[in-house]
Order: sequence, then structure tokens, then C-alpha cells
Amino acid sequence: MGDWARDGKFIYAGRRNEGGANFRAGECAFFTESSAGYAGISSEAEFDFEVRPLPYWEAVVSEPQNTIIGGASLWVMEGQGDEEYKGVAAFLNFLSSPEIQAKWHQDTGYLPITAEAGELTKSQGFYEANPGTDVAVMQMTANEPTANSKGLRLGSFDQIRGIIDEELEAVWSGDKDAQAALDSAVERGNVLLRRFEQASR
Amino acid sequence: MEKRVKFKGLWLPILLVFPQFLITAIFFFYPAGQAIWQSLFIPDPFGLSMQWVGLGNFEFLLADRYYRASFFTTAVFSILVTVVSMGVALYLAVLADRLVKGSGTYRTLLIWPYAVAPAVAGVLWLFMFNTRVGVVTWYLGLLGYDWNHVLNEGEAMGLVVVASAWGRISYNFLFFLAGLQAIPRSVIEAAAIDGAHFWTRFRTIVFPLLSPTTFFLLVVNIIYSFFETFGVIHTITSGGPQQATTILVYKVYADGFVGQDLGSSAAQSVILLAIVSLLTVIQFKYIERRVHY
Repeated sequence: MGDWARDGKFIYAGRRNEGGANFRAGECAFFTESSAGYAGISSEAEFDFEVRPLPYWEAVVSEPQNTIIGGASLWVMEGQGDEEYKGVAAFLNFLSSPEIQAKWHQDTGYLPITAEAGELTKSQGFYEANPGTDVAVMQMTANEPTANSKGLRLGSFDQIRGIIDEELEAVWSGDKDAQAALDSAVERGNVLLRRFEQASR
Repeated sequence: MEKRVKFKGLWLPILLVFPQFLITAIFFFYPAGQAIWQSLFIPDPFGLSMQWVGLGNFEFLLADRYYRASFFTTAVFSILVTVVSMGVALYLAVLADRLVKGSGTYRTLLIWPYAVAPAVAGVLWLFMFNTRVGVVTWYLGLLGYDWNHVLNEGEAMGLVVVASAWGRISYNFLFFLAGLQAIPRSVIEAAAIDGAHFWTRFRTIVFPLLSPTTFFLLVVNIIYSFFETFGVIHTITSGGPQQATTILVYKVYADGFVGQDLGSSAAQSVILLAIVSLLTVIQFKYIERRVHY
């Protein structure tokens, strides 16, 4: 990909999802994005597009492991009365009910958080009417997840992500080759992990 | 002979200084003390416990070559911002000072950018130089120049410097203009009668008489470029590409608020505090000597 960046086949637009604008404007042909970007693309793109699973290297793995899930979660503060918590519980139940979750999933492209919501979406014929919207679900559920693929447990996650961005930028600009950049990311990440270990003891 | 007003008694002076002292204590001494205290600990990310590490945070930082590189980045950035914003402001102020008609409009327009917050200024400049949809980028493209501050370190630095200096030009312009107008016309006229050209007059009379203003602006601008440019960096480059625009104050933010490493972040603030104090002392000790009040 470093070579592609040099001869212009691959364009790096930035650390966040800046590249989305180029794709939606029809300037670039391929684009990797979170499933949550589906709603934005389907409402803005004036061309037909298709969704495909993330590519993987057959020489490295025969079958891809599930993608790492990302997203937010529901939190409740302590220190309220029983009555309030009953209300909160009813509200959270409502939010995670199959109907609400199915609607959420279909409108945004975010994953359905329960199997029921996925089933409901399927039975409503949504996946047939909108091909590609089920790719994220299949990517997540095709294989049994392993202990490491169930989620990230990484200290100093944000800083390490920053380091990876920086090192990859060195590859895209041609300052480093891929191996040197990744070695440097590992070295710098390990320093932060040691520090996190010390902080969390 | 200097005339000084003297207050009788002790209470009135104390009473008059007290509000200022209170503000300084609450908003400066207290947080600075807290930062120094925190820099000696490593707290866990949730802030539930703290471990005493003494100077460990400082050792960790100074052993990090990326942190040391950030000193250099900060120096380049601060010097460029200060020189660009003061140079352009002085030029504009000299022009405005010579203006007979319409100087009010001219001044008002030049002061406007000062009202724009750094973060907003950052977004404005980012729009113009956006690598895909920016107007300036497009025109540069027509000229055959491929602008890409997302990957080109020099261009990224140039962009954040211009965006930071832009709003600052207004502020410096105001002070320079006031300074220029305070220079007695008689001195300049006398020099003109003696046959001194504009440039000679500027170099030998105007600039030396302007030196208190210039000195004040130098101190204020360096402090500005060290601290308040955070918003510009955050909106335009987030410190990238690689670490090309990671100045010290941006790293304080990134490690403390994003990375939740409050010990390291506090230690960085203390280092920053020390650097700025040292710079200010040096400026007052060595440069102020050349200032004629």
C-alpha cells in the first residue's frame, strides 16, 4: 500500500473518516468505513454502490476472525432511589427491545445489539431490499469469537492508536517502509504498555 | 525627577492590591501548585488511586525522544508565529499610520480577525486548504502545485503557523499603531528636514522609539504561541502528520485528556511552565536593556 500511495492509487485523506467525502462525491472507487457510515453514504451517494466484507490475506489466515466491534455502551450512575432505577431499567429495556434495535440498525448501519433484532430485521425483508447491509452482521458472526477478538483490552489505547496513525503516515509519505514503521509502532507501544502496567498496579 | 504618589499607611495599599492577588492566587498559584504536586504521582486512569513516583514522570518524559523532538517543533513554531504575526502587523501599522483618508475603515477591518477564536480560525483555514475541496488547494493545483498538508510535514507546519498568526496580527497591529501614533511628529519632521528618507527615519527614530511596544508584544506573542495555539493545532492537524506539529501544549492535552495519563501530563505542564518562565526572565534581563522607554 505504501507503493500505491506513491503512485496515487491509494490516497490518504486523514486520521479520521475524511476520505468519506471523496467516496460520496464519486472521486474514489473503493473506501473502507465503519458499517455506521452506511446511512450517510446511502443518503448522499448519487451512484450505485455495494458493500463487501473487509479483505484478508489468504496466505496468512485461511478464514478471517470476526471484526473487532466498536461503539458505545449504556451507563447508569449510582446514588438514586429504587423508584428511579425501576424507571431506568424500563427505559433500557425499551431501548434494547428488538423493535427499537432493529430500527436503529436499519436506519444507521450500526450492528444490531441483540440476535432478536437481527432476526427481526431479516424477517422484515430489510436485507433483501438493501443488499450489503448484512455484511457487518455476517463479519461479526461468521466464526466463533476468540478471547482476543471479543473486544479490545489495551491500556493506553488512544495513545497507541495515535502512534499507529503516525507510523502509517510515515509509510504513506514514503519516509519509512512498512516493516520499519510497524517495528517502531511496536517499540513505542510497548513503552506505553509498561507505563500503563505501572499505573494500574 | 520622578514623581511618585505615596499612600499613607499600610492598609489602603493592601486593600487595593488584594483583589488582584486573590485572582492570581486562585487562578494561577493554586492550579500551578496542583500541577507540580500531581507531576510527582502516577494516578490510575480512573483517578481512584495515586502512586508516588518522585521525579519518575520527568525521567519517563525526558527519556522519550519524541518528547524531546517536540521541544524543537515548539521552538520552530513559536519563532515562526511570533515573527510572522509581528512582522506583518508592523508593516500594516506603518501603512495605516501614513494613511490620511479612510484609516478608520482600514483599522476596523484589520481588527476583525482578532474576534475569531483560534479553533474557528483553524477550521476556516482548514477549509481553504482542505486537500480535496479547499479553494486555495484548487488554485495551487491549477498552478501545478500539489498541496497536501495531510502528509507533507513542512506544509502542515506552514498552515498551522499562518492560521495561528492570522488572528494575532490584529492584536499586534493595534499596539503597533498606537505606538506609532504616540511618536512625536516633531522628531520625525526634524529628521525629514535634515534630509533623512523614510527608511532611515524608520530605522533610526521610529523603530527605537517603538521598542517598548515591540518588547511587550514579543513577550506576549511568545506566550501566546506556546499556549493559546492549541485550538488551531487541534482542528487542523491534531499534531500530525507523524509528529510534525505536536507542540508541547498539544502533547499536554493529548496525553492528559485523551490518553488519561495525568501524571505525565502534569509533568509536561510543569516543564512548560519552567520554559516559559525562563524565556520571560531572559527576555526581561537581556532584551529589555535595549529598550528605550
